[in-house]
Parts: sequence; structure tokens; C-alpha cells
Amino acid sequence: MTSAAWLIRGVRPYGEQAVDLLLRDGLIADAGHDLKAVDAQILDAGGLIALPGLVDLHTHLREPGREDAETVETGSRAAALGGYTAVHAMANTDPVADTAGVVEQVWRLGRDAGLVDVAPVGAVTVGLGGTRLAELGAMADSPARVRVFSDDGVCVADPALMRRALEYVKAFDGVIAQHAEEPRLTQNAQMHEGVLSARLGLAGWPSVAEEAIIARDVLLAAHVGSRLHVCHLSTRGSAAILARAKADGIPVTCEVTPHHLLLTDECVTGYDPLFKVNPPLRTAEDVDALRAGLAEGTIDAVATDHAPHAMEDKECEWAMARPGMLGLQQALSVAVEAMICTGLLDWRGLADRMSIRPARIGQLDDHGQPLETGRPANLTLIDPDARTVVTPAELASRARNTPYARRELPARVVATFLRGIPTVLDGKAQR
Amino acid sequence: MRRHLLSAADLDLADATLILDTAELIDTALAGREVKKLPTLRGRTVVNLFFEDSTRTRISFELAAKRLSADVINFAAKGSSVSKGESLKDTALTLEAMGADAIVCRHSASGAPHRLAEWVQGSVINAGDGTHEHPTQALLDAYTIRRRLGRLDGVRVAIVGDVLHSRVARSNVVLLDTLGAHVTLVAPPTLLPVGVESWPAEISYDLDAVLPKAEVVMMLRVQQERMNASYFPSVREYSRRYGLDARRMAAMSDEAIVMHPGPMNRGMEIAAEVADSVRSTIVEQVSNGLSVRMAVLYLLLGGASTSEAGVA
Repeated sequence: MTSAAWLIRGVRPYGEQAVDLLLRDGLIADAGHDLKAVDAQILDAGGLIALPGLVDLHTHLREPGREDAETVETGSRAAALGGYTAVHAMANTDPVADTAGVVEQVWRLGRDAGLVDVAPVGAVTVGLGGTRLAELGAMADSPARVRVFSDDGVCVADPALMRRALEYVKAFDGVIAQHAEEPRLTQNAQMHEGVLSARLGLAGWPSVAEEAIIARDVLLAAHVGSRLHVCHLSTRGSAAILARAKADGIPVTCEVTPHHLLLTDECVTGYDPLFKVNPPLRTAEDVDALRAGLAEGTIDAVATDHAPHAMEDKECEWAMARPGMLGLQQALSVAVEAMICTGLLDWRGLADRMSIRPARIGQLDDHGQPLETGRPANLTLIDPDARTVVTPAELASRARNTPYARRELPARVVATFLRGIPTVLDGKAQR
Repeated sequence: MRRHLLSAADLDLADATLILDTAELIDTALAGREVKKLPTLRGRTVVNLFFEDSTRTRISFELAAKRLSADVINFAAKGSSVSKGESLKDTALTLEAMGADAIVCRHSASGAPHRLAEWVQGSVINAGDGTHEHPTQALLDAYTIRRRLGRLDGVRVAIVGDVLHSRVARSNVVLLDTLGAHVTLVAPPTLLPVGVESWPAEISYDLDAVLPKAEVVMMLRVQQERMNASYFPSVREYSRRYGLDARRMAAMSDEAIVMHPGPMNRGMEIAAEVADSVRSTIVEQVSNGLSVRMAVLYLLLGGASTSEAGVA
């Protein structure tokens, strides 16, 4: 596809030395000083930081099934506005993405929207039922080229089935992304189990329910020599288990959500279900440990777990509300607040955790590439000095369940390019 | 006082004492009267919004409101639009539009009254929410203790049983601490919440060790659904270790009292001869509940000091 060329002037890749970037024919055609291109549109990016387009390993786009909460198109727009050029769409749709047909549909909807690359995640088990393997090979061989498989929303709790899944996907270099939650320990669980759940009278979701599954899966992955990815790590203990597993050379990767890097169970005090999420918000000690793990790199990626929900599923009693919160549009700002403003990561480090490593885990070869000549022109431009107050009504998602309403957050995505074509310019979606 | 009564933690010592003193004034005013009615809340509307079956609490609030001359609407989830799927918010807005001055809410979900309070202008009174709190129960318990023992400050109270799932225990721990009493929670470890060590109470697994020092023994109801969920091996074992029978009652000090929020499982957490003994305040608790709820309604809706204080 040919498109207009763009000359981005004076941008600072990874917050380092300012350069000009020339985007042409989907690639970074040139990078240097005082570039000239008579046919190119000029974008004066003085003061802006360029990062490779962000890659989300964990997005719920809700289509098919809950188009009242989000569609592939609206979620893609939120993603582009958040600086993303690729997202992995989770399988817990209705119908579940457990066949080649459904993953192909989601993939095509993503292409039609044309705002980010939508990589469907396939379900591990039929209907997320946890009893029979879905046709993983068929999904891998479909045009959607599924490589990440997950029953996210529920845990693959049966250890024998988890072992088989880990083994089976080796045939096409897939990875199982586990939602780690021991179901018997979390029956009717509503929030992190601790001092606050005791006071609020809400059934507890103990840290050990996550850690026990992660420990088991790490050992299984080591035993069968398979790759394991752990979704939305939320506890200090989980971080410790994964640090140990990595030190032992076990092929495991993991992610943390923006909200688990910023918010704590204290948010639950008013019983507002905007703060209900699974895994639940944990304690300040957990937040500190997750930030430290992400800084050290034992936690590989920030993944949003963007979970749009219709208003009526949140404007209700806590126990009746669905878990989950929006993430795509604020993820970068939250990560900047948690990791850059605190000095725990620099911009290069943030690019590694939000683009390079997630792209590698999801095997998206066009994404997470260095900002240099000849690479795919998937990138985002960020104003690091801007501060924005989050207004739910202005979000691109169809749903409004952001936990950051009225909160002022740092950094703003100014532009995003997908294969050289601007999906966002001046903070506004281009389609 | 605040506009709502959602948690016992909404009450400081002055508020709590004011409620208890007001209940006492009401009791005195009505004692010996043929017509047990005060005109205080004439023209005000109190809605009993009950999403959970509870005959005793509902009729207690209903009678309390009627004795203050308020108009009372009983809105039970069963047989109403709620059972047809109307949301809590829509129900709240409907009641609001009808001009409810106070909504007394009982709900199986912890925090439901907190949500309600965000959507309505009137006062919300928590009449028991899930496993969270039941503040008027704690107030009537405190009132009962004060009437029987003459004081609350320094009183040693043992709360025995299913603390984990008990809204009565949560409210009592908070309120009794505010009022200066010393609380000991007695339960098998499975029925104490993780995090209980942060509560202003001592913890014991041994009822026999606690009983001789207690001035008040408050027994909690063990719900039927706990009995087959491995919180304890069997009803008999629970009863042997944590039930209050005549033998155990004999170990209590002479003036110590026995309380129970009802309804009781006789023979399970409390033996019949204990429930019916002179130590038992169980029937008094019911009549004290009426006085205390009148006091709460009066202070939230009609008390001059509250309307001047305005919105919390």
C-alpha cells in the first residue's frame, strides 16, 4: 500500500537525541538530521518523544457478543489513542474465540477498522469450559495466525489439562497465557483478602490463590519444556515466584496491568464497582513489588487487561458488578506515573516493557522494532510534559468504566503511526 | 450526626451516646402511656427497602417509624419490580421521586446502602448489608448492656461464633470500641476473617477461658449454609466447643448477661435453658431495638440539631 510520506521533525526517540524520521511506504525510510523530502507532510515534533508503537498482550474487545460495551473498532480507536499499534484480543467473547472461524472474524474486523493490528488470542479449552482442548492448531493455521492461547477470565485449573495445553502448542510455537486463579480458593471472591476485606465484609480473594497456580504452572512448564506466559500478576509473592523461575532458566514470561501498578485495595472502601477487577487491587506492598519487578525486568510487560463493561454492569451493588476496568487509553500515562516519574524506568525501559517484549511474546514481527531506517513505521509520539485530567465521557471506548475519572495523569499521546499511516494526529483519531 | 447511618464507624462517642440517651428519653416519655405515639415525624416518609427476608428487623423499623407518626412504606424485593430485574439505582431513583425522607435498607450485598446513599437525597439507614454491618443492632446491643450493667466504659464483652460472616459482630466491635468497652472475639479460626488482628478486639479460640472474665456474652447465630461447608467438622463438635450451655453459663460471673441478636438456633450455639434464663436479655433486645431505632430515625430526620448540622 502506498501512502503519503511523513517527515517527523525534531523528535526524540526514547527521550534521547532529537532526530528527523522519514516515514514512507510503511517503513522508516530515513533517520537523521535536517532530512528533506519534498513530497512528505511535515510533523513538527519538537519536544515529543518517539517510542515504537505500543503492543498490548491483553485486551478485551467484547466483539462478538457484547457490542454494547465495546467493538473491535471502538477498542482499536482507544488503543491507537493510547499509543498502541497492536493489541491481543482476548478469547472470552460470545461466542468464545475457540474456533478458527471466530478468531478469523475478529482478525478481519481489526483489519477493517485499520487502527491497530488486532491479534486474536485463542481459547485454550472449548467454551472456556476447562475440560476439553479447543482446536488450537486450526486457530494457529488460520489467517489470524494465533500464537497466544488463553482462557483468560477463568483459570485452566485442571493440572493435567494445563500440562497438555503447554505441550501441544509447542508444535506451532504457541504460548499459553494463564489467568492464575485457583477457583476453589476464590469462590464468590470480591476483593483482595486482608485487613480491608475483613472490615468491608467482602469475601476475600487471597494472594495465595494466584501464587499457588503460578508456582504449579512454572513447574509444569519446566517439566515439559514449554513456554508459559502469566497474565496480570498482582501480588508480591507472584513476582517472587517468577523471579526465581527466571533465575532457574525456566521459559516463562509475565505481565502486570497499569492498575496494579497504581491503585490499591483502599480504592474499594466506597464500594464503587469501578474498582472491582480480577485479580483484585492489592496492597501498597504488592504495588511496590510489582513496580520493582517491572523495573528489574523479571516482569516482562505492561498489559492493560482493558475490560469494557456496560454502565448497568457497574452502576450496581459491588457483588453484582462485573470485574474489569478500561485501560488502553490511559495505560501509557499510568505507566509513566508509576515507573518514569518515580525514576524506576527510563523511556527506553518503558519501550521495552510496553512494546518490544510484548511484541516478542506475541510473535508480532512488525511491532516492537527499533526506531531505525528500514524498520516498519509503527510508532507513537508522546508529549512527556503534558498533564491530562481523565474525563470518562471523552474516552473512545464505548464503555465508561475507567477507574481514573477526574485523576490527573502525566504524558499525552500526540500521534500514532501504523505502517507509516497516522491513526492519531494531534491527539485525535484519524478514522 | 451525619446524614446517613451506614456503618457503626459513622458514629463518634458523642453521636453514639446521643442516640442511646435519646432512646432512654423516648422510653421514659412513652412509659405508662396508653397511646404509644409521638408526633415528631408527622408528614415524613420512611421507606423500608428490604431485599432480604427479615421479619424482625423490618417490623422493628416499621413500628419505630409509626410510633414517631411517620408515613411508612414497606418495599420488599419479592413481589416488587426488583424481582423483575429493576436495578438498585432505578429503585433508588423511584423512591427518591416519591419523596422518601429516609430509606431503611436491608440487602444481601455488602455495601449496597453505600451505593444507595450516592443516589438519593434522603437519609439512608443500613439495616444489615451482607456480611458487612448492622449498626442499629449494635446500638440496641449497647443500649441493652448499658441498661443492664449501668455502664459501657470498660465493660468486658465476649462475642462468640461466626465472626467471619457476621455483620452484627462487625458493627458491635466498632461501636463497643467507640464506647470504651473491651471486646474479645471467640470463634474457631475458620470463622475469623483474615485481617481480624487489626480490629480493636482480642482474639480467643477458647470459650471456657474467656467466660469467667466476661460481663457480657454475645452469642452469634450460625447460619445453616455454614454447617456443611467445612468451617467446622460437625454441628455437634461446634456446639461442644463454642455453644453456650448450662454448664458453661455456670462459669460466668453472677451479674454477667447473655445476649443473642436472634433468630436463635436453640441447641446449637445456645441451649434453651440459657436462652430462657434470667441472664438472657434476648427479649429485652427486641424491645430496646424499637427505642433505639426510634432514636435513630428521630435524630436523622427530625432532630433540630441534625437539620441545623445539615449534610454530613
